[in-house]
Amino acid sequence: MALRDERVTLAHGGGGKAMRDLIEEVFTSVFQPDGMEDQARLDCAALAEPGAQLAMTTDSFVVDPVEFPGGDIGKIAVCGTVNDLAVGGARPLYLTAAFIIEEGTEVALLRRIVASMQAEAEKAGVRIVTGDTKVVGRGMADTVFVTTAGVGVIPAGRQMEASKIRAGDVAIVNGVLGDHGAAILAARGDMALSAEIVSDCQGLGYLVEAVIAAAPDVRAARDATRGGVASALNEMAEAAGVAIEIDETALPIRTEVKGMCEILGLDPLYLANEGTLVLFVPEDQADAALAAMHALPEGRGAVAIGRALDGEPGRVTMRTLFGGARIVDMLVGEQLPRIC
Amino acid sequence: MKYADEFRDPVAAKALLDAIARVVDQIGATAEKPVHIMEICGGHTHAIFRYGLDKLTPAGIEFIHGPGCPVCVLPRSRVDECIELAERPEVIFTTFGDAMRVPGTQKSLMQAKADGADIRMVYSPLDALELARRNPDREVVFFGLGFETTTPSTALSIQQAAREGLTNFTVFCNHITVPPPIKALLDDPHMVLDGFVGPGHVSMVIGVHPYDFITKDYGKPIVVAGFEPLDLLQSVLMVLEQIRDGRAEVQNQYARVVPEHGNAVSIAAIEDVYEMRPTFEWRGLGEIDESGLRIRDQYKAFDAEEKFGIGYAAGPRDVEDPEGCACGQVMTGRMKPVMCPQFGKGCTPEMPLGALMVSSEGACAAYYQYGGARAVAAK
Amino acid sequence: MCLGIPGQIVAITDEARMMAMAEVSGVRREVNVAPIATGTLSDVVGKWALIHVGFAMAEIDEAEAAATLEALRGLGEAQETLEAMAAGDAALEERA
Repeated sequence: MALRDERVTLAHGGGGKAMRDLIEEVFTSVFQPDGMEDQARLDCAALAEPGAQLAMTTDSFVVDPVEFPGGDIGKIAVCGTVNDLAVGGARPLYLTAAFIIEEGTEVALLRRIVASMQAEAEKAGVRIVTGDTKVVGRGMADTVFVTTAGVGVIPAGRQMEASKIRAGDVAIVNGVLGDHGAAILAARGDMALSAEIVSDCQGLGYLVEAVIAAAPDVRAARDATRGGVASALNEMAEAAGVAIEIDETALPIRTEVKGMCEILGLDPLYLANEGTLVLFVPEDQADAALAAMHALPEGRGAVAIGRALDGEPGRVTMRTLFGGARIVDMLVGEQLPRIC
Repeated sequence: MKYADEFRDPVAAKALLDAIARVVDQIGATAEKPVHIMEICGGHTHAIFRYGLDKLTPAGIEFIHGPGCPVCVLPRSRVDECIELAERPEVIFTTFGDAMRVPGTQKSLMQAKADGADIRMVYSPLDALELARRNPDREVVFFGLGFETTTPSTALSIQQAAREGLTNFTVFCNHITVPPPIKALLDDPHMVLDGFVGPGHVSMVIGVHPYDFITKDYGKPIVVAGFEPLDLLQSVLMVLEQIRDGRAEVQNQYARVVPEHGNAVSIAAIEDVYEMRPTFEWRGLGEIDESGLRIRDQYKAFDAEEKFGIGYAAGPRDVEDPEGCACGQVMTGRMKPVMCPQFGKGCTPEMPLGALMVSSEGACAAYYQYGGARAVAAK
Repeated sequence: MCLGIPGQIVAITDEARMMAMAEVSGVRREVNVAPIATGTLSDVVGKWALIHVGFAMAEIDEAEAAATLEALRGLGEAQETLEAMAAGDAALEERA
């Protein structure tokens, strides 16, 4: 093992031998790209299908702390990228991974992150084919930032987009809401809360394929990441020009997450998720979609939470516990804990 | 959740709503001639909108949103002073999240943080105390904001700091009391008020007798209410029944939490640490006599105003509300949020003009968030 | 000024500073119990309290909570009775 250092230094970003050693030992020995050229060379056969489309996405990951209950920045990076492709009906194929590493970061930490990424990639059936490494001075990054790009193929005839949602369509989520946001809050330690909440971070590629197979007219799906389910619903309502109504009693939320939200004065609808999507299916395919989801671990907790309606375009409302109504608006800025 | 879920039961809510409708009929109140009930506390305003209770109760009830929102009554000058403190390089400025977005004359604490000031959100004054212990070379200032609910926590924290002999912990005291603005509103000839839903958690500290003046001197009923939807509905029902029967009493709906005489430890701590200022500035209400607390001389070492020569310690200053801002009128119930010319236009949650749009319990924020700005803009 | 949540005190953590662990639906936070610790400190363990900004501000009186719920339930029953009566009246009218 040529790499003896325990911590990353600026030398590791210098382009010389130290950098090559870091890349080989920490990254490429695990990801095992074909060849070590500046670019990955990928077979286009899948794209040769008439009507097939190339799906492409890019994402940056800056989560703090980088390791938290239920995962780490590497796991989120792979799952997040895979999910961005999957919700568009694409079969995810290849990922890139670029790392900006803060001087002083433990090499052992990098190894753990890379191991997470490889494990998730294998689970999702994708390969990490190329990447980049930079080192910045102490304080210039929060330990490590990861940027990915992902490509996949959308088979001919598939067109999942929010604009296809129409009144009567049923909104379904695949499981409990807010676990990731709550886990991060607890892990940050600012609020001195301790709870057994674990991030829901997971890849959803197979889940989406299962839904498409069971409910071929599925309209659209969206990953409910920052801004939570509420933000995803608002975006979809706006894109489709429909109103959406959800039912407070139908929302699946863990007791501990509810408890944390009560203490801090947060709304679980706006907490981030990393393994939760919301999708819309025509009413007559809702049962089939749910059954298909229940058959997979990622969809075990799938439940219908509402529907699209004729109404004020872009407006999302919630029927409260008592049949009252309130609007679920777009988040403004960040959700802050409150005491009032 | 124990002691919470049971008070959210929809079946009981329906029964309460029906009972409320019956009493409203008996009173003969209608949308044109409603009963005016003020919920004093911002937390109640928030709960009413969050559960859609304003839409579920009959049109014959009009909720007047009271001034019990400490963020809403925070004058711009105090925010400016917070920022002044925070911008000192030695200071770690700690605050509840609620205050972060309130606009001062130039910017909010959130913006000051982005500009480099060391401003940190805390959940408790005890967290600020811990920061002081861990950062002996920095000055930790805690923004003591709130009515009597939060006043004792700050007091107990100051007492703890004194016991430990901390020399780098101070409080920028902005604690205020509930009875004075209520009296100011009752004295206002333009206000039409038939009854009050009283602040449950303030009362948990001070008990129910501080409200006796409302019934004795002004002949209006007040029911001290809890914060779950059933608490609110039951309290509204009790207020309506008093109005129907011509009674004016102080009733305690929240007896499971509110003791008649309040909490002895908290009251003692408040007495020990604070004294009443002769006057204090309230946004929208101007200067009110004997409504704000300052830290007593014996705890001077923990008073940020004294240590840094800021605020009332620095002498009088005069800061007006921004042009067009009608926060004062909305907050005293004289204007509904949607009637403010800035609502949804010059004043939105992204770019708030005043505190009522920022605070999670401000009437404007509640209308905007739960009532939907687009619906309003359409009107 | 109002975000308080009922929580149960599960253990004393720092006797000198009057700190204890409170639990709300499985979420735990250390709180100061000075406002409710009027007797021996350990007496607070097991009690339910209203938690606000890191302090246990008031003990929740189980009897009062039960009484309030009873009153609400009673209202529900009275409501049912009223509805049944109204339905009965309507039926009588129909037959008349």
